Amino acid sequence: MRKIEDILGQYRAGSHESLIPILQDIQAEEGYLSENAIVQIGRFLEMSTTKIYGLATFYDRFRFIPCGKVHLRICNGTSCFINGSEAVIKAIRETLGIEPGQTTRDGKFSYELTSCMGGCNEGPVINAGDTYHTHVRPDDIPEMITKFKSLADLK
Amino acid sequence: MKGVKSNELMAFLIEEVLKHGSDTLPATAEKRLSEIRRDKPSVPVIYVSSGSASVIAGSEKSAEAADMYLKEMGIDGLIVRTGGHGPAVFEPLFSVQLPGKNRLVFRNITEDKVEATLNGVFHNDMPVEDLVAQSGSTGFEAWHDIPFIEDIPFFKFQKRVVLENFSFFEPESIEEFIARGGYRSFLKTIRNYTHEEVCDIIERSGLRGRSGGGFTTGLKWKYALNSASDNRYLICNAKESDPGSYCDRSALEGDPHRLIEGICIASYAIGASNAVIFLKTGSPHPFARLKNALEVAREYGIIGHHILSSGFNLEIIIREEAGAFVCGEETALIGSLEGKRGMPELKPPYPTSDGLYGKPTVINNVETLMNVPLIMARGPEWFRAMGTANSKGTKLFALGGRGRYTGLIEVEMGTSFRTIVEGISDGIRDGRAFKALQIGGPSGTFITDKNLDLTVDFESLKEQGIAMGSGGLIIIDETTCMVDFVRFYMEFIHKESCGKCIPCREGTGRMLEILENIIRKPHNEDSNATLERFKGVMHLESIASVMKDTSLCGLGQTAPNPFISALGNFREEFEEHIFDRRCRANVCRGLRTFSIDVEKCTGCTVCAAKCPVNAIYGTRLQPFFIVDDKCIGCGICKDVCKFSAVTVR
Repeated sequence: MRKIEDILGQYRAGSHESLIPILQDIQAEEGYLSENAIVQIGRFLEMSTTKIYGLATFYDRFRFIPCGKVHLRICNGTSCFINGSEAVIKAIRETLGIEPGQTTRDGKFSYELTSCMGGCNEGPVINAGDTYHTHVRPDDIPEMITKFKSLADLK
Repeated sequence: MKGVKSNELMAFLIEEVLKHGSDTLPATAEKRLSEIRRDKPSVPVIYVSSGSASVIAGSEKSAEAADMYLKEMGIDGLIVRTGGHGPAVFEPLFSVQLPGKNRLVFRNITEDKVEATLNGVFHNDMPVEDLVAQSGSTGFEAWHDIPFIEDIPFFKFQKRVVLENFSFFEPESIEEFIARGGYRSFLKTIRNYTHEEVCDIIERSGLRGRSGGGFTTGLKWKYALNSASDNRYLICNAKESDPGSYCDRSALEGDPHRLIEGICIASYAIGASNAVIFLKTGSPHPFARLKNALEVAREYGIIGHHILSSGFNLEIIIREEAGAFVCGEETALIGSLEGKRGMPELKPPYPTSDGLYGKPTVINNVETLMNVPLIMARGPEWFRAMGTANSKGTKLFALGGRGRYTGLIEVEMGTSFRTIVEGISDGIRDGRAFKALQIGGPSGTFITDKNLDLTVDFESLKEQGIAMGSGGLIIIDETTCMVDFVRFYMEFIHKESCGKCIPCREGTGRMLEILENIIRKPHNEDSNATLERFKGVMHLESIASVMKDTSLCGLGQTAPNPFISALGNFREEFEEHIFDRRCRANVCRGLRTFSIDVEKCTGCTVCAAKCPVNAIYGTRLQPFFIVDDKCIGCGICKDVCKFSAVTVR
């Protein structure tokens, strides 16, 4: 795994405009933005951590807690909505007991809602890693989660 | 296919094709290009549609299975992963060409069907049920009794210009792109024209920005070119985050080099030596393809320093957005690129004079830029010949929702929406009734049967107060509740509002609250609460008009559009929700009332045990009943009843 210093080394110290790419790179590497990372970025860019948090919380994509071992992305695009994604999201929320952006206590699951993934005919669509689950019904969720749980145990 | 295929081929393409001065190439070079294009394939070729939609439907597994099949059978054949062919219903889509014959298009070839289908094709036992059509051109032998793809409704009413290459070649293969005439118009442009001349040509072609506003592209370029500055920027806005649209992403993943060529020409036209592609996040396939294409183009010397000894320099970088809908707005986009919060600013000054880092900046969207190379190659008159008096060319739409055939489509300007719904989509799935066509996503409006004869062009839509928007077209049938649909969009906008100006930040919140109140069940509500709820409903329209008039940027100004349009077209549905507490589409769960049929109920107590709020009472082996005031409309009782005794209204 690349260290935060290595990532920062690719950018110019003090260049405020590189803040978003730096945050994206670190998140891609570590899965989330740790407090430690934010402090290091602050030193590197000569910026207060409040400002960095202020910016990072404005954008949806940044997370401040680690992802679960299995991270689900659920399409909440218009086509999926028409085909019943809300009920699917509700089922996931009830099965996992967490809100989008949160991680379960055992660290196995996290999920987020995305806008259209481009599989409008296949909706509702759930993406986990490289696999896509299409035409998902709320009734499929408990079984799907059980399957993922065994996957998460392997990791 | 990653990277440069061979250095010898690269040298040939650069020296003898790209650097060749005139439009016609020597016969030897043409012959070689024809081989690269597979004009007359000598072995069977299997084209696998590989857009995002295909990947989601499992095209990659099918392609691997096809590869395995060829190896096992010892057949010398090619597998080409092309851009998405368009019809999402047919994915994973295969088209197979045997030497000398027309191509055969097959639908829904999932992993398990690959072997049977290919067996049939190679052993002349056509698997008819999956066969859609044949496609071909002169010089190939046609199949008997198989319809041509041009006659299939989905394709019949389309005019494919931006998408013309999509079913033919590997998107990442720069070799094939050049063999099909790619990058030659860029080279022609920098060799033959000055900056002003390029802007002139594009202005004369009548090309207008495809992202909604419809500003004349050539004119925008001129403004930037004429602003005195030492540096200028071009930004390609590929941040398409309307929750129901994917056309820009599909376009750029299906032909990334065409986009790069468009960016090159536009950058040259405005004298920019830096270009940025601002890409939607969370779309791994387009991102990987574009990145790959950029690297190969750099190796070919098409971008970089002193491009193919012309003296023109251009650097293109990709920046992934960080997830904020409002960043599609020009000034917010620039703010985000500068490392700030993506919040819109007052215009003027316009980005063409004061944009990225204070320099003149042109922002064009993907579709606009993808039209540019074609205009330079075929001339502005060719482009002017398509479309209506004021709107030229074609328009891409991501057709989704409940239509029979959905997917990425391209129609000529001036096509009516009726043609799209009744022709291309061929009506509604499952024989249901058409209710409305939603255009433009969360800032768009509804087109109903009344004005379905409207045509796709900037002026006629503007007259109706409809913005062309991002290109999302959602077909809605009777199973969708309009109040719930409007609430869905309002929830989205409320979440995405940047919070800078009050009308948008507070207005969306209030509107969402009121809409939620309409579809909520009024539990244990006292008279005062009911009054408050009604007062909210009465204020909806005035909140909408205040937001429209006073919001800072387009996001807030257009946020009430779906509501206003839905209220105008489906007022009776809103009234039913408010006065009769009834949802005709049976979507709003809170408004459902359940009752138990005394004839059918056996008194088994299952429903009473499962009811989460203890709203079901009764004595064992006697009919049970539901207390309406306590019921939350969850529907569990209906699901668990084995005797279908629970009815819903």
